[in-house]
Amino acid sequence: MTLEDIIKETKTYYCLECGKCSSLCPISRHNPSYSPRLMLEKALTGFEGDLINDQELFSCLTCYNCSLKCPADVDYPLFMQKVRTLAFAQGRYGVPADSGILQSFMRLMLNPAIEQRRLEWLSDEYRISEKGNILFFVGCAPYFEFAFEDFEAGALNIAKDSLKILNTLGIEPMVLADEKCCGHDLLWTGDVESFRKLAEHNARIIKESGAKKIIFSCPEGYRTFKFDYPHYVDLDCELQHITEFLAENMGKGMLDFKEVKKKVTYQDPCRLGRHLGVYEQPRKLIEAIPGIELIEMEHTRDESICCGTSAWTNCDAYSKQIRTERLLEAKATGAEMLITACPKCQIHFRCAMVSKGEEKGPDVEMDVMDIVNLVASALEDNGSE
Amino acid sequence: MNGFNLSRSIRTRQLLQVRRMRKITEFEPRIIAFTCNWCAYSAADIAGISRFHYPANVRNIKVMCTGMIDPGYILRAFERGADGVLVAGCEIGDCHYISGNIKAKERVERLKKLLHILGLEDERLRLEWIDAGDGRKFADTIENMAGKLKKLGPSPFKKEVKS
Repeated sequence: MTLEDIIKETKTYYCLECGKCSSLCPISRHNPSYSPRLMLEKALTGFEGDLINDQELFSCLTCYNCSLKCPADVDYPLFMQKVRTLAFAQGRYGVPADSGILQSFMRLMLNPAIEQRRLEWLSDEYRISEKGNILFFVGCAPYFEFAFEDFEAGALNIAKDSLKILNTLGIEPMVLADEKCCGHDLLWTGDVESFRKLAEHNARIIKESGAKKIIFSCPEGYRTFKFDYPHYVDLDCELQHITEFLAENMGKGMLDFKEVKKKVTYQDPCRLGRHLGVYEQPRKLIEAIPGIELIEMEHTRDESICCGTSAWTNCDAYSKQIRTERLLEAKATGAEMLITACPKCQIHFRCAMVSKGEEKGPDVEMDVMDIVNLVASALEDNGSE
Repeated sequence: MNGFNLSRSIRTRQLLQVRRMRKITEFEPRIIAFTCNWCAYSAADIAGISRFHYPANVRNIKVMCTGMIDPGYILRAFERGADGVLVAGCEIGDCHYISGNIKAKERVERLKKLLHILGLEDERLRLEWIDAGDGRKFADTIENMAGKLKKLGPSPFKKEVKS
């Protein structure tokens, strides 16, 4: 694919140069050297080399803030994804966060010879079935758990609590022992070939399992399966995020929540909100728990601010500033807890509270929790009485 | 990922040539040893000076301190075809930079847990403290590790590289 094809595909030639994207971009707000409009200009005026060698190419969060407001309907995140493919083919990649261990893991996972031990956390507490219609996609949770051990990422707790809630609903989902990373991060950093291999593997084992419906606790996996897999593999399954699934099944009376007295605020993850348009279900779920008061932040729903890094790439001082800004906004609502629906949002926010970068920003302390954990805790209290 | 490929390094090529000439076909593991400048690398030096014999499966990479070894480096070694990785530094308390080896210990232990999930045998990543004068220990460690890796066979990540 050449740059011209990409321009055609993402309708970049419609760009009006109005600069709405740059004024809305969370990165541009903090980092003066990054501007989506400038990136598009470079592409349209034929400076392909400049574009590909730009060190900011991998800074874009692909959060869709710009694209939703673009009057010319330019798909800027998709443009970024494709241009990164070109850049990757020329041996360029962003600065990987955490010394690149996560990217390395994804690539090591490609090997068909490995036998993962990813389900060692499963105990008798959780009921799963060998065959069935519903599959729960665990994703990267076991890896995140140890990779971010030092600030308690809690990724595995999300998977555990998801199983617990599904069990309460009387569902015993399948869990696959040899599923691999969904490939989201590789795709968004331009490594299409590796992504294809992962997609083919996952599609094959899901087909073999005979699942009709896949439930995700991670919006990134959900997005990748929904929008990106169809271009590479053929997988005919119903896909749902766990909040959608629970909001659908709440009315059946199987989930009766105990009172949780807390003021909370909700962070829309970019993948779940702007990419997939799931805004109502998580809110419905939170409000269904008695005693909970949901206060909205200043920027909410499709205007919500992203958590600052995407695809474990180019995580810098600006990312930290974005996070701190978001945490301060959450704090300003008077809420005690920030609820999110994406394990990565949680990791990023917790990291921002722990790591003290060189440029010391204001310190914010706030409880960050996944929506699944909140729901499970409301159910748990119920069981103990 | 593009970049330096182990299989193309001159030394490996020479070794392969010798093996071909002698018609040796058994598996020889490749060990990447990250050795700290102040202790383990000196130990390797001493082992050489004292003419201790140890298998030629090891490639030493000198680093200033084990505390600078990013977990990413270790994974990159596996990604590019290493069968085992040794991280060798000063004894706890002897670090030239006070606490570098304590950091290395934490990192390697965390990485071991991750590699365990990925299905890698625990013996493939090893952390060892070797004093500057202890050439014998260095030679023994390499011998021991090479023996274990020979039994384990090639790294599970390597099959991808060949195909």
